[in-house]
Amino acid sequence: MSARDDILRRVREALDGVSPAVAVPSAPRAPGRGDLADLFAERVADYRAIVTRCAAEEVERVVRDVLGPARAVVPPSLGLDVPGAVVDEGLTADELDVCDAVVTRARVGIAETGTIVLDHTDDQGRRAISLVPDLHVCVVDESQVVADVPDAIALLDPARPLTWVSGPSATSDIELDRVEGVHGPRTLHVVLVDPQL
Amino acid sequence: MSGTFVGMPAFPDAAREALGDTQLRRNLAHATRTIRDKRARVVAEVEDWEELRLAGAAVKEAALRDLATHLETLEASLTAAGATVHWARDAEEACAIVASVTKAHGVDEVVKVKSMATAEIGLNEALEAEGIAAWETDLAELIVQLGDDLPSHILVPAIHRNRAEVREIFLRRMGAVGRPAPDDLTDEPAVLAAAAREHLREKFLRATVAVSGANFAVADTGTLVVVESEGNGRMCLTLPEVLISVVGIEKVVATWADLDPLLRLLPRSSTGERMNPYTSTWSGVTPGDGPQEVHVVLLDNGRTRALADDVGRQALRCIRCSACLNVCPVYERVGGHAYGSVYPGPIGAILNPLLHGVADEQTASLPYASSLCGACFEVCPVRIDIPSVLVDQRAAVVDSHRGDRVPKPEAVAMRAAAWTFSDARRLRLAERASGLAGRVLGRFSRTTLPGGRAATGRLPGPGAGWTGARDLPAPPEESFREWWDRTDGGRS
Amino acid sequence: MRVALQVTCVNDAMFPETGKAVVRLLRRLGVEVDFPQAQTCCGQPMVNTGYVDEAVPVVRTFVDAFAGYDAVVTPSGSCAGSARHQHSIVAERSGDPALVAAVAETGPRTYELSEFLVDVLGVTDVGAYFPHRVTYHPTCHSLRMLGVGDRPRRLLEAVRGIELVELPHASECCGFGGTFALKNADTSVAMGADKARHVRDTGAEVLVAGDNSCLMHVGGLLSRQRAGVRVAHLAEVLASTEDDA
Repeated sequence: MSARDDILRRVREALDGVSPAVAVPSAPRAPGRGDLADLFAERVADYRAIVTRCAAEEVERVVRDVLGPARAVVPPSLGLDVPGAVVDEGLTADELDVCDAVVTRARVGIAETGTIVLDHTDDQGRRAISLVPDLHVCVVDESQVVADVPDAIALLDPARPLTWVSGPSATSDIELDRVEGVHGPRTLHVVLVDPQL
Repeated sequence: MSGTFVGMPAFPDAAREALGDTQLRRNLAHATRTIRDKRARVVAEVEDWEELRLAGAAVKEAALRDLATHLETLEASLTAAGATVHWARDAEEACAIVASVTKAHGVDEVVKVKSMATAEIGLNEALEAEGIAAWETDLAELIVQLGDDLPSHILVPAIHRNRAEVREIFLRRMGAVGRPAPDDLTDEPAVLAAAAREHLREKFLRATVAVSGANFAVADTGTLVVVESEGNGRMCLTLPEVLISVVGIEKVVATWADLDPLLRLLPRSSTGERMNPYTSTWSGVTPGDGPQEVHVVLLDNGRTRALADDVGRQALRCIRCSACLNVCPVYERVGGHAYGSVYPGPIGAILNPLLHGVADEQTASLPYASSLCGACFEVCPVRIDIPSVLVDQRAAVVDSHRGDRVPKPEAVAMRAAAWTFSDARRLRLAERASGLAGRVLGRFSRTTLPGGRAATGRLPGPGAGWTGARDLPAPPEESFREWWDRTDGGRS
Repeated sequence: MRVALQVTCVNDAMFPETGKAVVRLLRRLGVEVDFPQAQTCCGQPMVNTGYVDEAVPVVRTFVDAFAGYDAVVTPSGSCAGSARHQHSIVAERSGDPALVAAVAETGPRTYELSEFLVDVLGVTDVGAYFPHRVTYHPTCHSLRMLGVGDRPRRLLEAVRGIELVELPHASECCGFGGTFALKNADTSVAMGADKARHVRDTGAEVLVAGDNSCLMHVGGLLSRQRAGVRVAHLAEVLASTEDDA
């Protein structure tokens, strides 16, 4: 008997006579906590990420200021003019390793947890480009911010690879003392765009 | 290049040794207290935490109770998404699959995401025997691997090490396996983390094959989920050409939406954060992005044994957060090594016997490694009633000895106690004997307890376990029962 | 209301003063308790060590002794927890439907002392007087298995003359754990030593709890350390009056 059939047989035998019916209560939703964008900005900053809020027409200037002289890579369809940036068209890991920064958009922001989620479509690029460079500048529109995790799950497409980012990379592996900055970008800079401004 | 749990003594002996390690006691007390406080703060922030726990428990329980269906769905979804699905009955089969895929690419090394399943099956040692180096990339796993050490915690395997010890390990061992630590390395955690970044960077950039586990596997979409902090996971899941994920069959949830309560419960319970820095999800192969060859090894290795246990089945809901370790007063004092397994603490004390049975003495000692205080159940995000499973596994241990030709002294004592307690007349006689002993002990006692009552002296035999460190009151001359008779319940 | 005292085997044989205190206290509150002579033990020592078959006749003795009472009150969170949460496991294993039915009757009617006082009698001021500096340790089974919450505290706060001081890390286990105290004596003592240290840090003269087995453990350590702290069951504090002072 193949391992597959053997395991499935064992599973069925183990559950012989066990009712598969389990009442699954719906998970509770967080109560409204005021303005989502404010909460999102506060919670992102709690992770020691940097948050800049600006109007739509200021985004390109803000991104330029954040990058300074850094050598940046951008996804194919960022929709922003980033002077001097390399557009990713399949850079190798080594080529990415000499880039200092990356600028991406995001698919969704989660206010309750201060999380941005990338689904790596063309305004965000392949997973590798937002991973290898040491500074990640992520442009999020306020309209993309949802209240909590279940709202994000409902919006996201599981067929896409997804990266949920909550602050810069971090570790607490030495004496449970939290240190920001290990293998992923050591600096996360979220530019939160307010269409009303 | 790492130690082994094989041949570990039974828990009481291993614990005795650990209790004598003052550095370990201090490291553990500091670390567990820090993480407990962090968890308590972020859990208190969620108003409906109890409802969230109920939802999380139900999602996992529902998946387990229809596991065969979900596994078949998962296999079909993964295959449709371009992944290759393998099945492994045990550790040996799983290790052989990983070795074979690796060798097919002609490489002699893999980079690894921290994974309990691969630690459980001893993958690194098995690959080493095949001439393949497995590089651990999680900081704590790296510390354990470089230090030729054993993991002692589910989330933070090097929790027993302090910063000075980590510095020493990095200075001594990094150079032998890659980029050495800088000479001016200090014991600042930020500096040590930076050294790990530099050391591992070259390994990430050149790796062809990565090995991971998965925190969750979504049946209907064929999605695997890895929850992490450092970005080493993202490196392994993204840069290499080939990805092999070893996934316990109990990691399955039915639907994408089922991830919701779990992704909210896990980080708050585990690292004490609202959300962990990085969560990666992927469904098979994404053309042009990430590994273009994706393998998933579905692992049994005792899980179907646990699944068949009506009381113990709930242990398979475990999402490996380690909250139960951090609140456990036993774990806090003896650490993880005393449990003799990659799964230490309260969850290990039930998971190991459920996965492997209680035939060997070491595993059989684990269900007793608890005062049954219940702190573990209180914090478990998927409501595993660990104390009840511990008690049930104790019964399994006792039942496994029912056929012994010579019963253990404990069994003899318990049967005698049960016989006495089955009839009040017998108990009364026993109490008379004890009262008589009390009279004698009281008369000759040289110790008086605070408040004036006489103490028993040091007892021989099993009683020495008590009186070695604790005074014991001498039995009273008159039991309550005798007092009630003599005074008509105090009315005369 | 017919009320029975389940004194517990430990109190019967080792701490009769606690049983007497419960009788005195309840009598003062107008409740006459019976002491069914057929009672022995709740069976917990066997169940928690894995000897479930052996516990069957013990549990049978328990339900027979307390059949027909409206309430069974016990000065032990642990024994109340055993009756409420473990007797059903033992009964199921016995395969005897009559025992299953009997434990379903007695279990829910078994109350730990503070539950009985606060929930059944509806009192928190029991008219006690205890002019001492006291710290209270919530034992694990009353705290987490029964969920007695702040009932014992409310009872103690109403005691006249008492100086109640907070015990640091109060909800951490003392390390007794039944046969754990013998099978894993080293770990048990390490846990108890920390509990004893926290007790000493309060400067209390008396450590109070609702389970004498836990008090026997921590008290035994405090005594060996010559710490100058005595232990007293909650019932003994609540039974004390000006006449005892």
